[in-house]
Amino acid sequence: MTTLPASTSRKLGLVIDLDTCVGCHACVISCKGWNTEHYGAPLSDRDAYGAQPEGTFLNRVHSFEVTRKDAPPMVVHFPRSCLHCDDAPCVTVCPTGASYKRVEDGIVLVNEDACIGCGLCAWACPYGAREMDADAGVMKKCTLCVDRIYNENLPEVDREPACVRTCPAGARHFGDLGDPQSAVSQLVAERGGMDLMPEQGTAPVNKYLPPRPRDQLGAAGAQAPDLAALCDPSTDGASGFLGWLDRALERL
Amino acid sequence: MHPAPSLIFFTVVSGLGFGLLAWLGLGVVRPTGWAAFWWFGLGYGLAGAGLLASAFHLGHPERMLLAFTQWRSSWLSREAVLALATLAVMAPHAAGAVFWSNPLPGFGLVAAVLALATVGATSMIYAQLRSVPRWHHWSVPVLFVLAALAGGALLAGQGRAGLWLLLALAVVMVAHWQIGDRRFRGSGSDAGTATGLGGLGAVRLLEPPHTGSNYLLREMVHVVGRRHAHKLRLIALPLAALLPAILMLLAPSWPPMLVLAVLLHLAGMVVARWLFFAEAEHVVGLYYGRR
Ligand code: SF4
Ligand code: SF4
Ligand code: SF4
Repeated sequence: MTTLPASTSRKLGLVIDLDTCVGCHACVISCKGWNTEHYGAPLSDRDAYGAQPEGTFLNRVHSFEVTRKDAPPMVVHFPRSCLHCDDAPCVTVCPTGASYKRVEDGIVLVNEDACIGCGLCAWACPYGAREMDADAGVMKKCTLCVDRIYNENLPEVDREPACVRTCPAGARHFGDLGDPQSAVSQLVAERGGMDLMPEQGTAPVNKYLPPRPRDQLGAAGAQAPDLAALCDPSTDGASGFLGWLDRALERL
Repeated sequence: MHPAPSLIFFTVVSGLGFGLLAWLGLGVVRPTGWAAFWWFGLGYGLAGAGLLASAFHLGHPERMLLAFTQWRSSWLSREAVLALATLAVMAPHAAGAVFWSNPLPGFGLVAAVLALATVGATSMIYAQLRSVPRWHHWSVPVLFVLAALAGGALLAGQGRAGLWLLLALAVVMVAHWQIGDRRFRGSGSDAGTATGLGGLGAVRLLEPPHTGSNYLLREMVHVVGRRHAHKLRLIALPLAALLPAILMLLAPSWPPMLVLAVLLHLAGMVVARWLFFAEAEHVVGLYYGRR
C-alpha cells in the first residue's frame, strides 16, 4: 500500500555529523559496493571507462562553502541520501504500491518486482534520494541496509548500514530516532540536530548535526591578520645581480 | 524538469481526446451513424494514443496493470482508473449512436464527467509535487482542464463555445506563467534550507559529488529551456489560444476554419507543454548549485 502508516513502532535512521565529515566519499563507495552485491538489482554503471561515465548511487557527498559574516569561509562536506521521511511524498505518489514505508521500523523501501519505472517517486522526493537504474529500469534508493541490520549471519559489529560501518571519521550514526533515550536521539538533542528543507513538509527521520563553531580569530570584531599578503612574491630590498635584473625587467 | 517527448505528447493529445469525449458525452453534438463513428473514433483514438505514449515513458510497461491498484493515495493511479472508466462508460453511449442511431445520454453524461476528471487527475500528478514549486499550484489543474475543454470544443465543432474557452485559456496561461515565476522563491527552499547551513551564512556549492552527469541532473535539472522561456511564451500564447480564438470569431462553424484552429491550437499546446516541463525547477537543483 502506498498510503503511509499513521505511525511506526520505531524510526530507524541516520544522524550525520557535518562537523566531522571529511568528505572522503568512503561511504559512497561502501554503499555502492554493498548494494550492488546484495539486495535487489545491482547499481549499474554506464560508459564506466569512457569519456562520460555515470552510474546509480544511493549516497552522494557534496561539498559546500559557507561564507560567514566576520569569520573566514567554511567548507562543509555534505553526504546526501534518503532521509526515510515520516511524511514521505515519494510513497504516496507511487501508482503500483512498489514504494512503501515499513510499519515496524519506518524504513522506506521499493519492491522492485512491482516497480514500473515511472519515475514519479524520484520527482516527488525533494532531496534527490531516488535514482532510476538505467540498466534495470527500476527505482533504486537507500534501504538503510535492511539486509545488514537484521542479518544474523553477520558479526554483531557489522549489523549497521555499510556507510556507518565504513566512515573513518565517525561522522555517521545509526539508531532509533523514535526513542528519545537512544544514543542517536541524545546526540541530536545535544548538538541541535536539524531537518533538511523542513518547509517541504516531509518530516525527515534522518538528522544532520551542524558544524561546531570554529576558526574564531580573537575577540569579536577583531580583524583577521592579513595572511594572504605574506604569500605575495616580494622583491623589495633584493640586491646584487637579482635585484638589478628585477629592476631592469620592471623598467621594460 | 526534463521535457520528455512522450510526456508532452501524452498530456497534449490525451487531453484533447478526453476534451472531445466530454463534449460528445454531454450531448452538445449528437452525431449518429458514420458521423458518430468518426467523431467517437477520433476521441477514443486521441485519448488512447496519449495513454499508449505514456507507457513508453516506463521502465517496465509490462507491469502496467499494477498502476490501477493504488488509487487511494496516488494521482497517477487515479488517472489510470479514471481513463479506463471514461472509455468504458462512454462505450454504450458511443455504440448506441453509431449502430442504432440511439445514443444513451445517461452514460454520455457520466462519461463526460469522468473524462474531465481524468484530465484533472493528470494535472494533479504535477500539481501535487511540492518539490516542483512552479507546478504546486491550483493554476495547473485549471490550465489542463481548460485546454482540454477548449481543444475539445474545436474538435466537436463548437466554435462559439470554443471562442470563450480559448480566451479563458489565454488568461489562465498568462496567469500560470506570471504566478509560476514567483513560486520558487515563494517556496522558501534555498541552498540554505537544503543544507541546513543557511543560518551560518551564504551557502554555495564548492565541489559537486560527481564529475559526470546522473539521473537526477538529466531528469530534474534542465537549464536550457528557461533561457528562451520568454520567446516561447510569445509563440505559445497566440498559437494555442489567441489565433484560434480570432478564427472562431470570424467563422465559428465553417469546417476548414475549425480544422485550421485545431491545428494551430495543437501546435501551440505542444510548445506550451514543452515549456511547462522545461521551465519547472526541482528543488534538488539546490544541491547542485543550479536550478
Ligand atoms: S528522502 Fe526522499 S526518497 Fe527518502 S523518504 Fe524522504 S522523500 Fe522519500
Ligand atoms: S518508479 Fe517505481 S517505485 Fe517509483 S513511483 Fe513509479 S512504480 Fe513506484
Ligand atoms: S565516509 Fe564519513 S567522512 Fe567520509 S564522506 Fe562519508 S560521512 Fe563523510
